[in-house]
Amino acid sequence: MNNIYLDYAATTPVDERVTAAMQPYFTQVFGNPSSLHRFGQQAESALEKSRRVLAGFLGAKPSEIIFTSCGSESDNLAIKGAAFAARQQSRANHLLISPIEHPAVLNTANQLADLHGFDLSFLPVDKYGRVSPAEVQKNLREDTFLVSVMDANNEIGTINPIAEIGGICRERGIYLHTDAVQSGAHSPLDVNSLNVDLLSLGAHKFYGPKGVGALYIRSGTDLSPMLTGGSQEFGQRAATENVPLIAGMAAAFELVQVEHDQRTNHILPLRDYLIKQILTKIPSSQLTGHPEERLVNHASFVFEGVDGNLLISILDGTGFACSSGSACKTGDPEPSSVLTHLGYSPSWALGSLRVTLGKDTTAEDIDSFLNVLPGCIHQVRELKS
Amino acid sequence: MTPPPGARVIVGMSGGVDSSVAAALLKDQGYDVIGMMLRLWSDTGTHNRCCAPDAQQEARYIAGLLDIPFYVIDAQDHFYQQVVIPFINGYTQGITPNPCLNCNRFVRWDFLLERAKALGADYLATGHYARIQNTAAGPYQLLKSRDADKDQTYFLHVLTQNKLSQTIFPLANLTKKQVRKLAEEYALPVADRPDSQDLCFVGQGDYRDFLRKSSPSSMKPGPIIDLDGKSRGEHPGLADFTIGQRKKLGISSPEPLYVIRKDLKNNTLIVGSREYLGQGKFYVDNVNWISGEAPADPIPANVKIRYKSREVPSVITATNSNTVSIQLDSPLADITPGQAAVFYQDDFCLGGGIIRSE
Repeated sequence: MNNIYLDYAATTPVDERVTAAMQPYFTQVFGNPSSLHRFGQQAESALEKSRRVLAGFLGAKPSEIIFTSCGSESDNLAIKGAAFAARQQSRANHLLISPIEHPAVLNTANQLADLHGFDLSFLPVDKYGRVSPAEVQKNLREDTFLVSVMDANNEIGTINPIAEIGGICRERGIYLHTDAVQSGAHSPLDVNSLNVDLLSLGAHKFYGPKGVGALYIRSGTDLSPMLTGGSQEFGQRAATENVPLIAGMAAAFELVQVEHDQRTNHILPLRDYLIKQILTKIPSSQLTGHPEERLVNHASFVFEGVDGNLLISILDGTGFACSSGSACKTGDPEPSSVLTHLGYSPSWALGSLRVTLGKDTTAEDIDSFLNVLPGCIHQVRELKS
Repeated sequence: MTPPPGARVIVGMSGGVDSSVAAALLKDQGYDVIGMMLRLWSDTGTHNRCCAPDAQQEARYIAGLLDIPFYVIDAQDHFYQQVVIPFINGYTQGITPNPCLNCNRFVRWDFLLERAKALGADYLATGHYARIQNTAAGPYQLLKSRDADKDQTYFLHVLTQNKLSQTIFPLANLTKKQVRKLAEEYALPVADRPDSQDLCFVGQGDYRDFLRKSSPSSMKPGPIIDLDGKSRGEHPGLADFTIGQRKKLGISSPEPLYVIRKDLKNNTLIVGSREYLGQGKFYVDNVNWISGEAPADPIPANVKIRYKSREVPSVITATNSNTVSIQLDSPLADITPGQAAVFYQDDFCLGGGIIRSE
C-alpha cells in the first residue's frame, strides 16, 4: 500500500528505536515486577526506569506517575477516581469540564452525572474552542472537586491556557485534570508550570505502542482506584504491569523530548503551508480551531456543503488517509458536537476534514495531497447537489 | 574489616545516597552484594520516612541500576518491641530516650545480621560515616569518620567486637562531598533523604503528637515552678522539655530561666537560672566498651553527651563492667538522662552508654 498517512492525531507508527527498546521485555526479561526474585526484580527495574523517564521530563516525582492501558483509561481513572474519593471524604459533588472534551472525559463525566448523581456543568468556550480562565473562576463552586480541561483538542487542535486555569483551581484547592494525549506528542509538558494535579498521556500518539498510557497524579491528590486488585502502581491501579509496552512508552516519550526541536522545525512549516494553500485554493473553506494556539502538526477545516465522511472515503480511495475530526467517527451523519459547540451550522460542520502531520511527512506528501484535494471536494459538492 | 574477595555482603539500603554509594563501591570491589531493607514501621496515615514505600521504591530502583538483588525484610514486630516500646516508656519515665541506639543494637546489628547469615552472607555493610580498624593481634577499633561533620560513631558505640568483625563501612575514608561525587560517577540519584538519624517512626508529625497517642501521661499539662516553689506557669507536657532547655517555657522573667529538673511524680517542671544547671559528675549505664573490656583504672577521655554536641574532657571510672561515673573537667548544663554519653580518645571511640536519671 502506497497510501500517504496524514492522520497522526489518530495514531502513529511505532518508531523502530521504540520497538527495539521493548524487545528484551517479551522473552528475556519476562518476570512479574511484583515477584520477589531476580526475574521479578529485573522486570521491576525496567518498570521503574521507565517511570523515571516520564517523571523526569514532566517535572514530576517518580511516585507521581502511574502506567495505565491507554489515554482513555488515564482519563477515566483521573475523573472517576477523583469523584469517588471526593464522595468518600467530603460533600464535594460538582465537576466542571469543557464541553468539547475527548469522549473519554465527556462520557465519563456524563456517566458520573447519570448513574452516580454527581453534578456536572460545562464551561463556555470561544469560537476557537478555548476555555477562558475568567470563566473557570466564575463557574467554580464551593462543592467543586474537579475541573477537567484538555490541553489540546483532538479535533480542532486548539491549545488551552492550562497554566492560568490551574492557577485558579490551585487557589481554591480544587483539582485540575488535563487530557494531554494530543499535546504530549508535541509539546514539552511540565506539570508544575501547567499547575495541574492530574495529566493523561497515551503512548501511541507519539510513536509508542498502543495499549499503554500514563497518568500523572500530583502527590496528595486523592483518587480511588478504578481497577481494584493488587497494590501495583502505588495502589492506584491493580494488574501486572505491561513491562514491554511501558518500556516502549518511555523510549518514545524520551524521543519526543530529545527530537522536539527537530520535529517541530520540520512539521510546522509544512502545516502552515498546507493551511495557507487549502484556504486559498478551496472556496467556502475555513480553518477550525485557533490559528496560532494550536498543535504544531494539526490542520483542521470545514468546507461548506460537503459530506465530510464521503470526502474522507474518496480521499482514501485516492491514496490519502485523513479524518473528519476524530478517529472515532464511522459514517455518523450527525455533525461533530465539537463543531456544533463552536457555532458552526450543520451545512459547514458536516464538511469537516482533519489533516495531521507526522515526523516523517514530506513536502512531496503535502504537495501531492494539495494536488488532489480541490478536485475531491469539488466532486463531493457536485454529488451532493 | 576487609572480607575475602568475592564474599557475599549484605548492604543495608535506605534509598539514600550514602548506602547507595556504599553498595556501588562494594560491587566495584568484586563482592557479591545483596541489598536489604528492613520494614520497620507501618502506621497507616502517617508518611514516615524510614522504610516507607517510597524509600523502598528508591532503594529498589538503585539496586536495579546496580544490578544487585534487593530484598525487604519485615521487622515490624521486632522494631516495635525493641525500639518503640522503650522509646514510649522512656518518655513516660521522664527521660529523653534515643531510639536510634536501640535500633542499631537490636535491629540492624542483630536482627538484620542474623538474616544476612541466612542468606549466606557473613558481612553487613552500611552507609555510616565511621571507620573500623583491626591490627593483627589487637581488638577491632572504632574510629571517627574522616568527615568530622558526618561522623556517626555516636550511634555506633553499641557495637561489640563480634559485630565489628562482621561489619563493613565502605564510606570509612570518604567525606560526604566525595560520596556525592561518587554517586554522580556511578550515575546514581544524589537526592538526599531526610537525615536517617531522625525519628523515622514518628514521620512527618511531631514526636509530641506521637507521644500524645502513645504515652498520654508524658504529654499532660502541669505546673511550672521555680526552685523556691513559686508557681511560674503551666507546661503542655513534660516530654516537651529536656534538661537545660530555655526555649518554649513561655515565662516572662527578668533573668533567663532554664529547665533544671522534671518532677515526674507531680508532673511538674522545675525551672531556675543558669547557675543551678551545671553538673560536673554523672553516671552512665548499659555501657559498651568497644574493646570488650572496661578499663581497670580511671581514664582521661573526651565525652560527647548528644549527637551534635562538642566533646568535652573528663575522667571516666568504670564502676563495674557496664557502668561508669564521669567527672567532667568543667560542668555541662544539658546532661540529659536517656541520651548517650560516648567516650573518645582522639579519633578512637572507646564506647559509651546511657546517661542515668538521678
